[in-house]
Amino acid sequence: MEPTSPKAFFSPDMFMRNFAEAEPGLTRKGAAEESNRCLYCYDAPCIKACPTGINIPSFIKRIATDNLRGAAHTIMDSNPVGASCARVCPTEELCEGACVLNDASEPIEIGLLQRYATDWAMENDVQLFTAGSPNGKRVAVIGGGPAGLSAARELAREGFAAVIYEARELAGGLDTHGIVSFRLPQSVSLWEVEQVKKLGVEIRTGVKVGTDVTVEELKSEYDAIVLAAGMGYVPELGIPGEELAGVYDAIKLVESTKTGVSNLQLTGQRVAVIGAGNTAVDAATCSVRLGAANVKMVYRRTREEMTAYDFEYEFAKQEGVEFNWLTLPKRIVGDGLGNVTGLECVTMKLTGETGSDGRLKPMPVEGSEFIMPVDAVVLAIGQKRHTGLIEHLGLEHEWGVVKIDETTHRTSDPLIFAAGDIVFGFGKGEAMVVSAAQQGKTAAHAIIKQFLPQQDSVVGSAV
Amino acid sequence: MADLSINLAGIKSPNPFWLASAPPTNTGYQVQRAFEAGWGGAVWKTLGDPIINTSSRFAAVNFNGQRVAGFNNIELITDRPLDVNLKEIYETKKRFPNHAVIASLMVEPTQEKWHEIVKRVEDVGVDGLELNFGCPHGMAERGMGAASGQQPDLVEAQTYWVKEVATTPVIVKLTPNITDITVTARHAVKGGADAISLINTINSLAGVDIHTWNTIPHIGGKGAHGGYCGPAVKPIALNMVAECARHPEVTVPISGIGGISTWQDVVEFMLMGSTAIQVCTAAMHHGFRIVEEMIDGLNNYLDEKGLASVTELTGKSVSKYSNWGDLNLNYKVVARINEDNCINCNKCHIACEDTSHQCIDMLTNAEGKAILQVREEDCVGCNLCSIVCPAEGAIDMVEVDSGLPPMTWNERQRVVGSLSGSYSKAEVL
Repeated sequence: MEPTSPKAFFSPDMFMRNFAEAEPGLTRKGAAEESNRCLYCYDAPCIKACPTGINIPSFIKRIATDNLRGAAHTIMDSNPVGASCARVCPTEELCEGACVLNDASEPIEIGLLQRYATDWAMENDVQLFTAGSPNGKRVAVIGGGPAGLSAARELAREGFAAVIYEARELAGGLDTHGIVSFRLPQSVSLWEVEQVKKLGVEIRTGVKVGTDVTVEELKSEYDAIVLAAGMGYVPELGIPGEELAGVYDAIKLVESTKTGVSNLQLTGQRVAVIGAGNTAVDAATCSVRLGAANVKMVYRRTREEMTAYDFEYEFAKQEGVEFNWLTLPKRIVGDGLGNVTGLECVTMKLTGETGSDGRLKPMPVEGSEFIMPVDAVVLAIGQKRHTGLIEHLGLEHEWGVVKIDETTHRTSDPLIFAAGDIVFGFGKGEAMVVSAAQQGKTAAHAIIKQFLPQQDSVVGSAV
Repeated sequence: MADLSINLAGIKSPNPFWLASAPPTNTGYQVQRAFEAGWGGAVWKTLGDPIINTSSRFAAVNFNGQRVAGFNNIELITDRPLDVNLKEIYETKKRFPNHAVIASLMVEPTQEKWHEIVKRVEDVGVDGLELNFGCPHGMAERGMGAASGQQPDLVEAQTYWVKEVATTPVIVKLTPNITDITVTARHAVKGGADAISLINTINSLAGVDIHTWNTIPHIGGKGAHGGYCGPAVKPIALNMVAECARHPEVTVPISGIGGISTWQDVVEFMLMGSTAIQVCTAAMHHGFRIVEEMIDGLNNYLDEKGLASVTELTGKSVSKYSNWGDLNLNYKVVARINEDNCINCNKCHIACEDTSHQCIDMLTNAEGKAILQVREEDCVGCNLCSIVCPAEGAIDMVEVDSGLPPMTWNERQRVVGSLSGSYSKAEVL
């Protein structure tokens, strides 16, 4: 991080430096040492802890024996967005958390090894998979994020003609647009998109289902549909002042930094980020790297209840982000010219009463209102649901969460399957990229089974 | 502090650590540096008619990311004039009168040649001679080194010729590239050897470059077999040392050589009958300073064991090394898994299931925790699970009472023979 004085000009060079990938990858020697440390467990717990079931000991053994193509194939075979996941997975809660070496010494750096192998594939422009011979069936995939890409990739390998409808100009979903570049460079996600494209999957970008193409057209043109449209931008908080200049949507803030130099600069500003999830942390660290003088995260609960991962919290602290726990925003204060000057908050306390989500309920402390002087407010309190699209497709849902059969991911419409954040509801674990990838695979496998019941699947077979 | 000094057939040395005849002992400069670092003795790189060495000489075998598990060389004896070597030996001995300087020798197998070189090197004050009957490459093709070392009668004759004129102790260095090393060892003794040293290097090809398809190493696209040494050869060397040590006709002291890299290796070689040891690869990998840790480790070990002198180690395990036919077939050990130390890598299970006796089950205990359990009645005590287990203290091989009196194969065959009234030829010696 370059220090910036309040009025300093934030140069493109500085931007590129601040937004370049923060964590260095393993060196060849580092990868050799780390891969040789792996015990090559039988029935390994790391495999079971990976939502996509990557054969981790096998890919690590391939790295150890200088077979990086084989390692990358093993990873990407199970996880079509394995290069992104190598960077953004909460590995200490998944594979690395399950490593048997945790108590014996140190867990294997599985994420870094996964990145080492997939980086090799990226740098060498390797095409890892081939399309199956066409079976005449066509599937439309709505949404080109991790779930949609995974579904399309698996379908293409079985010979289905898959067409992805992507509303944005670039596919990849949150991997491409919504995770800060210093954790996940856009090029990584776009390489994964390219891998899917090379299997003959057509990606129609800038096409919004329901607007540019009708649901009826899709239903008549395709044998099945995979709905993987994810979620939308951040909803309004519902407090006065959200219309003021200097109030930002966290996802749009991050998005503005993903493709080249952001025109959104926070040089010298005092920024309050409302929320404490993964995106809130990304928005906070993003604000720091956009030159903010001070960044505070404002959260009505405590550290215990925050949904961001430990490694994200640690990273934010290292970046100098401050945390205001038990603080509820009441009003965004303006200066009369329409610019943000402060955030009125009230202090909270935990009641000891447990809410429906199992977390302790916070309550305002009477008369504890105060104004936090800030120049910008970033909202990161969740994401909007694509309820309109879901209803357009005629699918049953609960508060914008598509209802599915958990084993097949089939919706109330037998020809429509749903995967990823669009089926992510409360109490369903965590909305991880790796889970979305697995759900896309599951939906695709259900379609394959439905249309090609007699065939032995090549998908997921050993190398 | 224990007394580390040793006396090998009359050659005295402040400690048992000698550098073997090899590249580290090529010059006076090197040997003197070694003595400064703490080595007690050095066997000078083999003297003889100077040869020409190739460029590209060494290669190593790496294992699972660790370098130099094994080491291979195609370097021959000294390529420097005899006069130069003798002058440097003289200077070295003058500077380090209490260290052991042994001249390694290799000449054509004639009495005259041996007489001539023995006289010349003894004139400059060496403490002993080591006859190189082991070098497996280059010289062997010309009838020297391993070529003569593989012929017991030549070993005996050449030793005899040397002993005709030698006034210092004579060590015969044996090649392992032979079916039974005790045969050549016995002939060395018959020829009058004062001690034997073993093993020399093992015939080897370090590898093939899978990209260029060249040998490793290659000399302009061609390779030739070399001599293998380093940690990987230790078990082979240890067995050969032990076989010599327990042979009733091999009555001379042994200088143990072969993959010695740590003080523990030294202890093992001495327990199996070595009076002193020689090191090369470890020094080539780490430099002469490695001897400091070896000396310190040995010292602490001896103190811990309450031994006043390192010589007390020599041969203490020899009587425990026997013939397979004399092992108690009714001795029984079984594997026991300590759940507290087990990390659930399941390597014991898969090793036993696929490649041994299918007696380790993967189970779930009452608390729902995954556990591994040995079915002791099916365990043959092969040790495989404890060998592959990476967790300290997770698997113990425990002695259990088989309920049967001790009985060896040979005893059993004798009983069987006496019952059938005929002498059994199936004894294993």
